[in-house]
Amino acid sequence: MLASERDQLKAEINKMAKKYDHHRSGLIPVLQLVQNVSRHISPEAMQDIAEAFKIHPVEVQGVVSFYSFLSTEKKGKFVIRLCRTISCDMAGKEAVANQLENELGIEFGETTTDGMFTLEFTNCLGMCDQGPAMLVNDDIHTKVTPEKVADIIESYRSRFGAHVIQGEHA
Amino acid sequence: MSKADKKLVIFSDIDVEKALKNALQKTRPDIIGEVRDSGLKGRGGAGFPTAVKWNLAAAAQGERKFVICNADEGEPGTFKDRVLLTDYAEQLVAGMVLAAYAVGAKDGIIYLRAEYTYLKKDLEATIEKMRGKKMLGKKILGKEGFDFDVHIHMGSGAYICGEETALIESLEGHRGEPRNRPPFPVTVGYLGCPSSVNNVETFITALHIVEKGAKWFKTFGTEKSTGTKLFSISGDCEKPGVYELPMGITIKKLLETVGGEDAKAVQVGGASGTCVPRKDFERVIAYEDVATGGSIIVFGPHRDMLEVAINFMEFFCEESCGQCTPCRLGTETLLEGLDMLDEGRCSLKYLRELCALGETMQLSSKCGLGQSAPNAFLSIIENFKSEIFDTRCSCR
Ligand SMILES: Cc1cc2nc3c(=O)[nH]c(=O)nc-3n(C[C@H](O)[C@H](O)[C@H](O)COP(=O)(O)O)c2cc1C
Ligand code: SF4
Ligand code: FES
Repeated sequence: MLASERDQLKAEINKMAKKYDHHRSGLIPVLQLVQNVSRHISPEAMQDIAEAFKIHPVEVQGVVSFYSFLSTEKKGKFVIRLCRTISCDMAGKEAVANQLENELGIEFGETTTDGMFTLEFTNCLGMCDQGPAMLVNDDIHTKVTPEKVADIIESYRSRFGAHVIQGEHA
Repeated sequence: MSKADKKLVIFSDIDVEKALKNALQKTRPDIIGEVRDSGLKGRGGAGFPTAVKWNLAAAAQGERKFVICNADEGEPGTFKDRVLLTDYAEQLVAGMVLAAYAVGAKDGIIYLRAEYTYLKKDLEATIEKMRGKKMLGKKILGKEGFDFDVHIHMGSGAYICGEETALIESLEGHRGEPRNRPPFPVTVGYLGCPSSVNNVETFITALHIVEKGAKWFKTFGTEKSTGTKLFSISGDCEKPGVYELPMGITIKKLLETVGGEDAKAVQVGGASGTCVPRKDFERVIAYEDVATGGSIIVFGPHRDMLEVAINFMEFFCEESCGQCTPCRLGTETLLEGLDMLDEGRCSLKYLRELCALGETMQLSSKCGLGQSAPNAFLSIIENFKSEIFDTRCSCR
């Protein structure tokens, strides 16, 4: 990370922490912000966050490791989370999972080399009557079929122009 | 896809502003009294009487009190809160205002699961609109001395944070690890202040009860399980979706309603609930028989029940917070046992040991997750043991 980038993120961290009077109840909102902005929570960011709340970085690490929407590893621009729980399983999530792997050329738990997509399983998304269900970042997709997978992926790819392919976050 | 065609209680019409105005004319004890008379029990799964909880929070000493809406809906097969948060958000917030008035709280928090981030914008718009209509903010609807406001706090992806003490830990910026109880949140809750944590559906149901009366509410349901309940129905049936049905309905009747008559089993209460086989479809869904927070998963004749048990146990292995041994190791051991069964390598003697382990977990786990994790395992083994042994053989 460039020094200026770190400073910029640090400023955002402190701004958000201040909203909570630097009280610990603001920790997770700050972590969510950092995850959104830089797609992971780096050791440097953890230090800056710990400082903002006057706690030990290990405390921050402990919280990050607990929640599945927070990560120390860099995620893709789009995180695809396919529901693996029973109702979606019975509705055919296995075929969808298989096609997601085919279209992206990666396995679950991996990120594409261009940094665009991360593929994960998740538990029940509250769409069990319309499964298989999956989230792409915050968007919900229901009744996903293997045929639809390519179109869904393409719709996200096309949202970002050439600048992403050039790898702004390489 | 809510089936709101039958408007019984929760889906029945209500003028939210008028209902709140009427409620604010009543005294606090009157409101809690009405909820007590209705027999309303918490709709989040545990079934604790709502009036008792509100009364404890009202009586607790504390300068600041909180009303917290549990919108962490994560139980496999449950999606009724998502429908309420989408289409009935104004009623939810009004229900929280009502609770705040009853317990004397100034601050409200909606703990919304990360997976529902797409609902946040509309929820915030609803809250803002209600501020404009003076249903939130200072001197609510002209009531002198009654100030209350609500904000949304996002979860970060952890089923365990639906457990109310884990939820509070998470709100305070910690890992979502359940606390020892007592003290209960009604006395020592968020930031150490008395807090009433209630489910989305509970708030909305209470609003209808206070407006329309406990007597009307009790025309639905059974003596011990009054009123109606929302059911999230998924799996092998023709018409999955959210249904409002009276408590005390038989499983058979419910299956007729949703087009799942040929089911071989039904999971009532999600992964932490019980699996009811066809021979028991005359049993009723109620606190006194088969209880549920609303999740109903239908298994058609061709379903492999061992696969179902494995899916549920994988869920618990992933979602256990790992804080206590019976749950952390128990879920792993039961999953290994299920895999052995799947491969045709499990002796009956070992299976009995696993069942005993399940019973130990029910008794010795620290919170509801570990206590209920063996339920599906035990009921599926009990009812489908011969099916499982008949279809698995290591020599194949
Ligand atoms: C593992 C676990 C998960 C839970 N998840 C939820 C949930 O998602 N929503 C909910 O309302 N209650 C959930 N509960 C129950 C809550 O602890 C609490 O009893 C409930 O929010 C109280 O509200 P009520 O009295 O209105 O039902 C869960 C409990 C456990 C043990
Ligand atoms: S029972 Fe499971 S989820 Fe509950 S505290 Fe123990 S380890 Fe955590
Ligand atoms: S089981 Fe997939 S959304 Fe509920």
